Amino acid sequence: MALSLGFHIIFAEIGIAMPLLMVLAEWRWRRTGDAIYLQLARRWAKGTAILFAVGAVSGTVLSFELGLLWPSFMRLAGPVIGIPFALEGFAFFTEAIFLGVYLYGWERVSSRAHMSAGLIVAVSGAASALFVVIVNAWMNTPAGVTVDAGRFVTIDPLAAMRNPSTFQQVVHMLLAAYASTGLAVAGLHAAVLLRNNTLFHRRAMMVALTIGIPAALLQPISGDTSARAVARWQPVKLAAMESLLDTQRGAPLHLVGIEIPRALSLLAFRDPDAEVRGLSAFPRDVWPPIAPVHLAFQLMVILGTLMALVCAWAAVTTLRRREIADHRSLLAALALLTPAGFIATEAGWVVTEVGRQPWIIGGIMRTGDAVTPMPGLAVPMIVFTLIYLGLAAVVAISIASLVRETT
Amino acid sequence: MIGLPEIIAGVIAVALNAYVLTGGADFGGGVWDLFATGRRRGRQRELIADSIAPIWEANHVWLIVVVVVLFTGFPSAFSMLGTVLHIPLTIMLIGIVLRGSAFVFRSYGPYGRTHWGRAFAIASVITPLLFGTIIGSIATGAVADAADKIDGAATFSEVFVRPWAAAFPAAVGFFAVALFAFLAATYLTVDTQDEELREDFRIRGLAAAGAVFVAAAVALVLAHSAAPRVAIGVVGALLIQAATAVAAIAAITALWLRHYRVARLAAAAQVSLILWGWMIAQYPYLIPPTLTIRDAAAPAVTLRLLAVGLVVGAVILLPSLHYMLRTFKTKRRA
Ligand code: HDD
Ligand code: HEM
Ligand code: HEM
Repeated sequence: MALSLGFHIIFAEIGIAMPLLMVLAEWRWRRTGDAIYLQLARRWAKGTAILFAVGAVSGTVLSFELGLLWPSFMRLAGPVIGIPFALEGFAFFTEAIFLGVYLYGWERVSSRAHMSAGLIVAVSGAASALFVVIVNAWMNTPAGVTVDAGRFVTIDPLAAMRNPSTFQQVVHMLLAAYASTGLAVAGLHAAVLLRNNTLFHRRAMMVALTIGIPAALLQPISGDTSARAVARWQPVKLAAMESLLDTQRGAPLHLVGIEIPRALSLLAFRDPDAEVRGLSAFPRDVWPPIAPVHLAFQLMVILGTLMALVCAWAAVTTLRRREIADHRSLLAALALLTPAGFIATEAGWVVTEVGRQPWIIGGIMRTGDAVTPMPGLAVPMIVFTLIYLGLAAVVAISIASLVRETT
Repeated sequence: MIGLPEIIAGVIAVALNAYVLTGGADFGGGVWDLFATGRRRGRQRELIADSIAPIWEANHVWLIVVVVVLFTGFPSAFSMLGTVLHIPLTIMLIGIVLRGSAFVFRSYGPYGRTHWGRAFAIASVITPLLFGTIIGSIATGAVADAADKIDGAATFSEVFVRPWAAAFPAAVGFFAVALFAFLAATYLTVDTQDEELREDFRIRGLAAAGAVFVAAAVALVLAHSAAPRVAIGVVGALLIQAATAVAAIAAITALWLRHYRVARLAAAAQVSLILWGWMIAQYPYLIPPTLTIRDAAAPAVTLRLLAVGLVVGAVILLPSLHYMLRTFKTKRRA
């Protein structure tokens, strides 16, 4: 499941942001009449088609895997979290329908209808992320249920959707999608520009940056809001993120070996002297694995900071009316950051998911009690790993050849 | 008595029906890709690809709707299926993954069309085979029986293999492949203007109809020993059976007489009636012989919200679907 999700999330991010890029390019074309933008829109639409299909099949795997791997979890939680999943289903449906119209409708529908179809794809992609992240937020900080002896006595699915993590996680996830995809696309084109400075790639990079830069600049702010919510509602996770053993007042923040005094207290509670509870304040059997959570959090924050810095640099360059494309060191920095967003996303999910362990539903159900009684799970694990590796390779080759086609 | 649980179950049935008519036919198209023969084999494949390409993803989402509504509305049924049928469901999923991705890589990806076409075609046979097998094993009651045994001393094979690795489910699997192929062939006769291709698929449709009959006969014979509920139910639901027969005869006659649009309608009716025949036969059970719709239903709050969600969804969805189909029915603009 974790593997499928780790794979799916990349395609999901691209599926959220790529339609926006392609509509933006088409819009620029209709505004300026510059045929390069049209070429760009069509090229991106092709890429979206590949990625969407892989996103769709990996998503299908997920919806079955919930039952295949976590039957007891679904029996308990299905009635609570099914509603957002059902809404997500409709979002997919809308997305799939209008993506079909967009991809195959260039010659069949009016220009306005075509642009609208693209926009609907972009909006419904974001909506599906909204709904599914709501589910995840509920698993982190369950609300809307009363529990007795491991069973739900009363449930209120609407209250469950408004749990304390929903807002922060949804915003953070959407920004992550736009930042990762925007910067990845910009980075790919920046890499080509370093060798071959054509108008096509200049335009492509700039359109991608219009989405990537704002998202990457906002992401640390949103991350900080998430961290404060975690401090309040999931103190064990926070302690693991910071690998903080003992409860402290004025706790410092550790970043790549540097210790910033009191920063953790300040960041987490807006008060440099606030008390941050360490792991030793909690019974050992509710500790998550500390090292992966801590390292993943560091990785996410470092990458997020780098992305924001490079984006600030690019933004300043543009504001001073300089061409980013003529700035070789900036291009190189962008090219280097191509995979950064996706890596940060994987890391962020490790923080969220591993940091929640041993719980599958925070404080209510343990992961070990949810797993299927079927033995030999290693076999499907290995098979799906191989399939995903194969798919990832083919997708990478396809995209690479799409980027190279126009040089 | 018809209450909210029955209505939600009905929605699942309708979505399943839509999936079989749309997604099922897409798989059938893949079957014909595998069996493309003769001088026109390239053109046959092109026609199949062209008619599937714009819509298969939307068609595929019906399956997701089925799964999602099932786990929201009837979580214990979902949980039971996911446990006992773990192996066939996983194989079916692999088929779904390979079918979908091979299909797009064929159009956009590296390594040329042939390899991906092959993968697409083979996955298109495997997936409906497993789909039918799964339905067959639910009908026999073996799934529910196996679920009862999980905590006992039952062996791995008794719980996770034997419920589906049996003659009747396999027969239903082949039946599903033949049925989807039949459906696809009749659709394709309407989708092309090319008389030669049309004739190709007419012949293929008639051949598939033959295969449907053979598979159905085998399944029926096996049903009497293996699937008590279906056998009893089918006799009890004579009316549906009669209607199915009428639709089948109409579909084949129309195909024979080259009334392609009529054939398509009748084939769709036939397939739907078969599906409803099965579902009505096992009513009020979701998973016979123990788990009824009522037993499996989620709490009333969830069902009510789900119903609201479904209505809202349908209001967005149905006009969109209509728009999509209309878009791809009209000719290209200049
Ligand atoms: C482009 C990707 C990306 C970037 C640059 C960042 N994050 Fe992030 N982060 C994610 C992508 C992500 C995510 C999409 O992977 C997660 C996993 C779960 C979620 O809702 O968002 C996440 C989770 C996540 C969580 C856990 C939330 C929870 O468990 O409830 C925290 C505390 C942060 N992030 C904090 C930050 C901070 C302080 C950043 C500073 C730069 C940061 N993130 C950059
Ligand atoms: C709505 C979204 C998600 C849901 C419903 C969900 C569900 C689950 C469940 C049920 C588990 C516990 C079982 C296990 O160990 O696999 C889990 C753990 C895990 N998930 Fe997620 N997940 C979501 C998003 C993600 C994403 C996007 C990733 C991407 C990397 C991810 C990575 C993981 C990892 C690494 C674990 C293992 C934790 C451990 O056992 O230490 N999850 N998740
Ligand atoms: C944080 C986690 C997730 C995010 C942000 C996310 C988002 C998305 C997005 C944007 C798509 C559209 C496909 C694309 O454009 O590539 C998609 C597809 C899909 N996702 Fe996820 N998803 C997540 C986790 C899950 C989980 C846990 C499930 C399991 C139920 C799931 C089920 C699906 C399905 C079934 C599809 C395919 C829909 C189709 O055919 O169009 N996703 N997801």
